[in-house]
Amino acid sequence: MELIHKNLPALIVVLPLCMGLLTSIIGRRGLGWWMAMATTGAVFAMSGQLLWNVMHDGAYQITYQMGSWPAPFGIVYIVDPLNASVLMVVSTIAAVLTLYARKSVASEIQKNRLHFFYALWLFCTTGLLGITITGDAFNLYVLLEISSLSTYTLVALGRARNRRALTAAINYLVLGSIGANFYLLGIAYLYQVTGSLNMADIHHILVNQVFPTWGGDAPQYRTTVIVGFAFMAVGLSLKLALFPLHGWLPNAYTYSPSAVSGLLASTATKVGAYAFIRVIFTIVGVDFAFGLLHTDTALMVSAGAAIIIGAWLALKQTNLKKMLAYSSIGQIGYITLGFSLNNVNGLTASIIHLFNHALTKGSMFMALGVVVYRLGNARITDVRGLGRQLPVTMGVFVVGGLGLIGVPLTAGFISKWYLVTGAIQAGRYEMAAVVLVGSILALMYVWRVVEQIYFGKRDENAPKLREAPLTMLVPMVLLAAASIYFGIDARATSWVSQTAAELLLGVKL
Amino acid sequence: MQIVLDYYNYWICIILMMVGFYGVIAKTNLIKKALSLSLFQTGVLVFYISIGKVDGGTGPVLDEANADAVYSNPLPHALMLTAIVVGVATLAVAMAIIVNIRERYGTIDERDIEDIEHQTEE
Amino acid sequence: MTPEMTIALALGTPLVGAMLIAMAGKVPNLREAFTLLTALATFGLVASLYPLVIAGNQPGLFLLEIVPGVPLSFKVEPLGMVYALVATLLWIPNSLYSIGYMRGNNEKHQTRFYFCFPLAIASAVGIAFAANIFTMFVFYETLTLSTFPLVTHKGNSDAVKSGRIYLGILLTTSVCFQLLAVLWIYALYQGGDVSGIDFVRGGIFKEGLASGAVAPTVFGLLFFLYIYGIGKAAIMPVHRWLPAAMVAPTPVSAFLHAVAVVKAGVFCVIKVTVYVFGANALLEYGQGHWLLYVAGATILIGSLIALFQDNFKKRLAYSTISQLSYIVLGTALLTPIAIMGATLHIIAHAFGKITLFFAAGSVYTAAHKTQVSQLDGIGRRMPWTMGAFTVGTLSMIGVPVVVGFISKWYLISGVIERWELPGGHFDEVFALLVISFSTLLNAGYFLPIVYRAFFKPLKDEDLKHPHGEAPWPIVTALMFTAGLTLFFFFWNKPALELAELVRRAVG
Repeated sequence: MELIHKNLPALIVVLPLCMGLLTSIIGRRGLGWWMAMATTGAVFAMSGQLLWNVMHDGAYQITYQMGSWPAPFGIVYIVDPLNASVLMVVSTIAAVLTLYARKSVASEIQKNRLHFFYALWLFCTTGLLGITITGDAFNLYVLLEISSLSTYTLVALGRARNRRALTAAINYLVLGSIGANFYLLGIAYLYQVTGSLNMADIHHILVNQVFPTWGGDAPQYRTTVIVGFAFMAVGLSLKLALFPLHGWLPNAYTYSPSAVSGLLASTATKVGAYAFIRVIFTIVGVDFAFGLLHTDTALMVSAGAAIIIGAWLALKQTNLKKMLAYSSIGQIGYITLGFSLNNVNGLTASIIHLFNHALTKGSMFMALGVVVYRLGNARITDVRGLGRQLPVTMGVFVVGGLGLIGVPLTAGFISKWYLVTGAIQAGRYEMAAVVLVGSILALMYVWRVVEQIYFGKRDENAPKLREAPLTMLVPMVLLAAASIYFGIDARATSWVSQTAAELLLGVKL
Repeated sequence: MQIVLDYYNYWICIILMMVGFYGVIAKTNLIKKALSLSLFQTGVLVFYISIGKVDGGTGPVLDEANADAVYSNPLPHALMLTAIVVGVATLAVAMAIIVNIRERYGTIDERDIEDIEHQTEE
Repeated sequence: MTPEMTIALALGTPLVGAMLIAMAGKVPNLREAFTLLTALATFGLVASLYPLVIAGNQPGLFLLEIVPGVPLSFKVEPLGMVYALVATLLWIPNSLYSIGYMRGNNEKHQTRFYFCFPLAIASAVGIAFAANIFTMFVFYETLTLSTFPLVTHKGNSDAVKSGRIYLGILLTTSVCFQLLAVLWIYALYQGGDVSGIDFVRGGIFKEGLASGAVAPTVFGLLFFLYIYGIGKAAIMPVHRWLPAAMVAPTPVSAFLHAVAVVKAGVFCVIKVTVYVFGANALLEYGQGHWLLYVAGATILIGSLIALFQDNFKKRLAYSTISQLSYIVLGTALLTPIAIMGATLHIIAHAFGKITLFFAAGSVYTAAHKTQVSQLDGIGRRMPWTMGAFTVGTLSMIGVPVVVGFISKWYLISGVIERWELPGGHFDEVFALLVISFSTLLNAGYFLPIVYRAFFKPLKDEDLKHPHGEAPWPIVTALMFTAGLTLFFFFWNKPALELAELVRRAVG
């Protein structure tokens, strides 16, 4: 037990990796799901434990040295409140969605391929967890590719229902790979300057040895650092689908299997956002990124455009999964806006929204998954009059929708609370206005669907639908309930997020 | 001219990357696209490998006889082993998807696929 | 029972009631019994706090902290008490009336209908007792959402369209303006520029304004955001939702116009003016002046539109818009007596308007008539209904012997009180003109209905379709509210005592 305890940071990545391999070998005849479920369940427990540990640790930091190699030489895994909360998001969503996937995936993928699906599923989780926990910039790239490669394949598995999944996947692959390579190139520049790959070490060297020379006549490596950061920023923006680099996202979300849409929407882009926060706040530092380069202004413009244009495009969609995908682009805008404000409330908003939006969007994609499961598609005309036939599923969808709008007593409201306060405190009144206008647009695109659900008439001769099977219903309701619970009592989430934000900004040492 | 010769390794890497990047953007044949992506990746690999070279350095094998020996940095090379594996895997996944696309669309040309997607409903 | 517990129960009883109603959905009689019991119990609980408030106490309840430093908490003060009492008291006849109306018209989905009412009442009580701007905002939004299914009850395309306007306007204003103002104040509070987010006597800006931490223009802008963030007060030009919501069944209209929704709007206007911005601070720094004129314009334009509406309920709706702005006007005068008048007008208008709506619904149920021009001679067939209607009308005009007179009296006294302040008297003259002219207009659009009903003969086609009074629950309910309208003119001590406390809180 002590052994497990001490090695938790490594286990949380290694366990799903090994189980993924094992699943691909022995996971036939339904065993694959059980293995995935057990693994994600264990990972969930572990990340809960890690979060607990780190929040009750005096230094708010747990360091784990891989193979006991000390810091700048070996790879270290570092857990702090920020990535512990992201780990929590990823593992919660993974566990809940694995439960959900059982029926849903079985209806969308050939039987003899199921164990591969769950293997990829676990690899994807591995990658996401790894990106989050690692303290090494190159290791982050490797794990990014592990999660990305498995995601491309998972998206392509949607081919059984719609061949467009394939084109969506290849599109995602091309853009994703370019993004990853940009990031890799960016690291090369920083490595050239600092000779280190350890995030904290890079920061240390930059701040103590490189930046101080920039004020004088002979600035060292000024261009190199700037170019390196630029490459990393663009690469990660592609990964997190920051407007206008979001081109791959709508189709990838729309045509992948329902469970995969849920996983992607609630975790993949969130982890991308996390990595971006790390690069800005931990590796190069705010003074460089925001103070010198004014990246914050660029990010705010992008974020503002994402919020408004994402929501506007969402309003135009007839395919509901695509609508949610565009809405996700807008939500990424909220997250980006939050950390670009560079104050405690803004950053808290970003971090808390990672979690809150995962709950909201996850549950909504799951609800649409049920519609797909029963009807084979999820266009706006398909949900007409479903309010009476699938009351629970549609209830979940509406609760999620209210969260997107940011109605009080839903988790989405808490995010908005911090975000707008942060924007006002930063003196960015126009961004506060953008956020609120975004809420109104969200109201419009959500309500358009709600009207169809409750006031639309289903065809007279259409068959009566049964409510979703229990394994799909339970996870969905759990997430929806959580999104309400964390809207009413956000003390825990805001405690963690605020601590993380204060640590990142150096307010709390 | 001197600047080209002095930084020839960077030039190679830039050329490789740009050729790859151009291919990714301009080619409509998916296989060519995937190969261009590979080329792009190779550019990054070359960059890494060349920055590991230390002027006058020898291979990084401990030479006990010569305590003052200067070694090239082996770390970027080691990193690139991983990156090469990633590149191969990416190419493999891309090819697998392209094969599937050929089966389902009957073509691997992006423009044709777009036309087909426009003609058929979702 | 401690006051804390009473507050908690007053909020919780309607929620429990809603659950019971949902569970008893299959047994209509039981379901309706639960509705009435919940209404009675809620009123009883709220009323039991009255002696405490009169004695000068302000019992509070801390429910929970949503995020650190932002609690959902409640404090009962005189103004909130007025609104809570009005809403819960009028919910009793409203429930009774609903039963008659829904059964009389064979409406569908009655369980959903009865389920939403208590949720809305709980929200109303939450607004009334809110101790800080955050709590008020939360319940303001839940009130909007819980009444949405009521407004769109019929489910046809008209209802959907109106629901869109209802939700669109109310949520847009509250999210874009009110929430912005709330968060702005919260941001100021975190920066130490205002004293808190709780409602306090004299407002929270006093120190900030005095020390220059908050610029008067920001103060004025926040006031603007807040007032227009309260779309429920239906100040022009954000009044469109109110006529649109007329597609709802009449009990819902009555609920919107008299019991909870619009009253929540004007209540919030008074509350933030007095307890967030501070009437004296607004006067001193010369902010919020525009509100007087906007309210005046709303009164006159609303009345003029009402004059030309043939649809019975639409005419009542525009009358509401105009009457609400009396309350806003009283608030905008910013003097203690005027605000006291505004408070009393909440009561007066509620009693009067609910009677008028009950009458309109009664006519619809018994005779299926929706237009004013169809009402010739109907007073002879439905004497009770039209009698009550007449009482409500007189209260709207502000004739003595009915409660409307009292509030108008105090409003005018408020104008006179303001006359003593230094400066020009343009505002006061304007207010007086608006009040007197709109009284004429009120008479102009209401009295013809009374005249038609009682003095014109029945039309020929009506003679072929004989009908009598509406079902007894409807008649009982409207007689009760008409009785209140009369009764309160003579026995207005509780109302005046509370309003007096409000006056002192302003001064």
